[in-house]
Amino acid sequence: MTAAWRAATAPRWMIAGEWHAHPVRIATAVIAIAIGVALGFAVHLVNASALDRFARGLATVNGGADLRIETTSRQGIGENLYPRIARLPGIAAASPVVVLHARIGGMPVDLLGLDALRAAQVTPTLLPRPGAGDPMAVFDPQSLFLSHAALAGHRVGERIIVVVDGRAQSFTIAGSLPGAQARALGMIDIAAAQSRFARLGTIDRIDLKLAHGADTGRIRATLNAALPPGAILAGTADDADRTDALSRAYRVNLDMLALVALLTGAFLVYSAQALSVARRGPHFALLRVLGADRRMVTGQVLAEGLVFGVIGAAVGIGLGLGIAMLVLRLVGGDLGSGYFSAGDVPPLVFAPGAAAGFAALGIATALIGSLVPARTAARIAPAVALKNLGDAIDPRRTPAILPAVSLAGVGVAAALMPAVGGIALFGYLSIGLLLAGGVAAMPWLARALLAPLARRHFVSPAIELAVRRLWGAPSQAAVALSGIVASVGLMIAMAVMVASFRGSVDEWLGQILPADLYLTAGGDAPFDPTAQRALAGVAGVRHVVFSVQRPIALAPDRPALALVVRPDAASAYPSLGRRIAAPPGRIGIGVSEPAARLYQLAPGATVALPLGGHRVLAFVTGIFRDYARQAGAIAIDSTTYDQLTGDTHRGDAAIDIRPGADPATVIAAIHRRLPPLIADTIQILPVAALRQRALAIFDRSFAITYGLEAVAILVGLAGVAATASAQTMARTREFGMLRHLGVTRRQIVAMLGIEGALLGLVGGIAGVGLGCGVAQVLIRVINPQSFNWTMDTRTPLGLLAGVVLALIVASAITAMLAGRSAVSVDAVRAVREDW
Amino acid sequence: MNGNLLALSHVAKSVPGGRLLFGDVSLDLAAGEFVAIMGESGVGKSTLLNLVAGLDAPDRGTVALDGTLLDTLGEDARAALRRRRIGFVFQAFHILPHLTLGQNVGLPLVLLRAPPRAAIARATDLLAAVGLAGREGDYPSQLSGGELQRVAIARAIAHRPALILADEPTGNLDPDTAARVLDLLVAQIRETGAAALLVTHSEVAAAAADRVLRLTADGLVAA
Repeated sequence: MTAAWRAATAPRWMIAGEWHAHPVRIATAVIAIAIGVALGFAVHLVNASALDRFARGLATVNGGADLRIETTSRQGIGENLYPRIARLPGIAAASPVVVLHARIGGMPVDLLGLDALRAAQVTPTLLPRPGAGDPMAVFDPQSLFLSHAALAGHRVGERIIVVVDGRAQSFTIAGSLPGAQARALGMIDIAAAQSRFARLGTIDRIDLKLAHGADTGRIRATLNAALPPGAILAGTADDADRTDALSRAYRVNLDMLALVALLTGAFLVYSAQALSVARRGPHFALLRVLGADRRMVTGQVLAEGLVFGVIGAAVGIGLGLGIAMLVLRLVGGDLGSGYFSAGDVPPLVFAPGAAAGFAALGIATALIGSLVPARTAARIAPAVALKNLGDAIDPRRTPAILPAVSLAGVGVAAALMPAVGGIALFGYLSIGLLLAGGVAAMPWLARALLAPLARRHFVSPAIELAVRRLWGAPSQAAVALSGIVASVGLMIAMAVMVASFRGSVDEWLGQILPADLYLTAGGDAPFDPTAQRALAGVAGVRHVVFSVQRPIALAPDRPALALVVRPDAASAYPSLGRRIAAPPGRIGIGVSEPAARLYQLAPGATVALPLGGHRVLAFVTGIFRDYARQAGAIAIDSTTYDQLTGDTHRGDAAIDIRPGADPATVIAAIHRRLPPLIADTIQILPVAALRQRALAIFDRSFAITYGLEAVAILVGLAGVAATASAQTMARTREFGMLRHLGVTRRQIVAMLGIEGALLGLVGGIAGVGLGCGVAQVLIRVINPQSFNWTMDTRTPLGLLAGVVLALIVASAITAMLAGRSAVSVDAVRAVREDW
Repeated sequence: MNGNLLALSHVAKSVPGGRLLFGDVSLDLAAGEFVAIMGESGVGKSTLLNLVAGLDAPDRGTVALDGTLLDTLGEDARAALRRRRIGFVFQAFHILPHLTLGQNVGLPLVLLRAPPRAAIARATDLLAAVGLAGREGDYPSQLSGGELQRVAIARAIAHRPALILADEPTGNLDPDTAARVLDLLVAQIRETGAAALLVTHSEVAAAAADRVLRLTADGLVAA
């Protein structure tokens, strides 16, 4: 036995004895930590697995080239760039690629046009396996090779129709793509891609293999100098950056939300430990009398917290792994958000680093929750505590408010700090500090809220005793409420934020959807001018506004923005702030709020847009609100865009119908009038249905947050139940004394019920107030810094009132149940108990 | 400084509100000597024991144990001195309810870093000596008041202290039980050769001591 282990014998005995005597109290704190760790770890694992699958999917399409030159828009890049690039020093091989977004039998498929000989040197994983063993099939313009996912029931040798932007072509399935994994991917010869889909003279990508030992930095510089407008250089790291940037804020937000449960756990550990220390005051006093120093007492309470943390973290990691597996199987990798639409269930990717990190967080949380109680235990005056037997309530003492104000002040200051690397770290810190400040203010708040009642005298002894007790011992009330105030505060904050977000989205949808019907081709652009005229001429159609969204990249390490092409683009969307006219001769564009924040754009700024193979300087006329495209959007007028690019295809249409026309009849007429290839790929929805669908997507993406909130509340309520029960049991002698004085058992239970209801009221008021404050951090700091959009505050008053009411009822019932058990103890025995 | 185990010299102490408890207490206690202190309620008998144990500090005067002035020691050093040299018996027993009787009695030993097995073995012997043989695995809730005080006595002598401080050890017991517990306490004090300060209201308890003193506001006087 080591000396340290032997030295810890007394604390070990004390801890083991305490845990043997109060297993439920210990279990509550351990479970709180375990749930926090499990949720955080599970959300992290699910996101990491989905992100891994998404990145692997991208890598599949990109074929593992060392570097790539990519088009920044749908117009592609001139194919004459390819020989110039291939001749540059340091380039071992180059492979030109045409990238088409095709539909095969209604299923979207990434269709690559490749030069098989070049691809064999640069991206061999993209090479097909001919079905009949004829290697020359890869050069046949009729041949199509499909991945397993894209085959979808078709067989090799079958003739099928491939549709790209409304243009249909027939191919023979000539084999498979063994390197495509689960991605829906197709490959045809590059010449066939260009000639059969109107892409003559253009390519979308040049995959590059660098010479062995080549200086990548120098080659990047050479390539960047050689690139024309409309082309950017990208590599594997850029892919990862883009994928990461797209969903990082969402993932961090979920991680943080999951950690809310852990934070609640910290308050529960604090509550459990504080209560335990108060009850065990004489125990610690005895230890001090027997010669234990303050360090030993502090160490004992911290060691208890450490054991809470270690057990909670171990259970939490196992539980988190199980939850992640279950969620991946039941909900999918994107948790309903739509960020990673890979289609199938991603395999679970275990992350030992994250497991260690979350375990450490759990342990740290338990230790932090034990810090203040440990300090309190060490400060107990032995002689006083042994005489008072632990009950040292002094109603004359006014609870301190300065620590709470200080914490809240630092929290507000943190909220004013900028984001760190696109993550609202200080915003989250602010939330933590505000919560801690709110909990620290509880004794003062309880005293202040109960003061009007304490000045009155009540005929009912139950009410009189309950009010006197709570007013006289507000710190005990605060201990009972700390967990629930934190979790209710966070729940209210999330509810206010989500209500504000949903309300703003609803209002925005009303502004941007003024037409009767909306047509979409699901990302394709099958409407050439002839098809547009055909649609406009359908009986019952009064007016049609055609638009199209094209990806446009402004930076290689950021996801492409959406270039929204439509008539009167600059004024079509609700403006945020001032709108200015473009100077004569300049091209005016509107930029969405996320784009403005991501690229630091304001009205009057100039943006270089890669359009039609040129770098076109555009003038920002205004910022518009947009909740649909997190990576940002730029709105450009149709006429300007057509002149610059020659791309007159459109994919979306807002249709106004004639007065009195039946929407369903008009929709049917449109389907009849359009060529079958287009009619099969489009979807037309009345505006109400579209709005409903958008809000349903919104609700689905927040479903996980509701789940996490519910868990946090349950953990908090469990804490209230455990704390109220323990506090009530600790007052057995008080109840015995009251019964000696003639108070009935029923009156004592009623007193406890009133105490519980008052506690619930105080906790509810504090939680709602705190939640409304934290909601402002979410609305004004976290959302703008994480997602680059703003919203207007909306307060769900009904929900707030419901939460307060539920808390009052739950607290009252919990206290009465605990009270029934406490008053069942024999009154005479109760007053004689020393402990 | 003389060769006494304990020396109180002109000690004065007031309560926090300012009321003087006692103004000039001096006492020499030799090793193995048993002194009983009596006095009215509120005169400061328990406070005097706290001063001797280093749990409280006098307003004036000095307290020396083993020749060491307590006010020259830091808090940790005073705790260490209590750990090694002092045993306590309280009126309210103060037996930890979540430890077994063996662990309660062995607690002073493990605080001195004795091996737990040895501590439990000694506790078992002491419990047998106070009439609780074979009860080392029981919990305090299974014992009566008199039995709990016997456990407290066993704990007080477990680490062979030089000084035992007993604060109304029979105050919570009925007369018959009190008599038996007192006999046991005196027997154990005599057997271990420890010095003892017994604070009590009971004339019967005080009669067992070598000297009986009465605490007044002016100091200690012979009873």
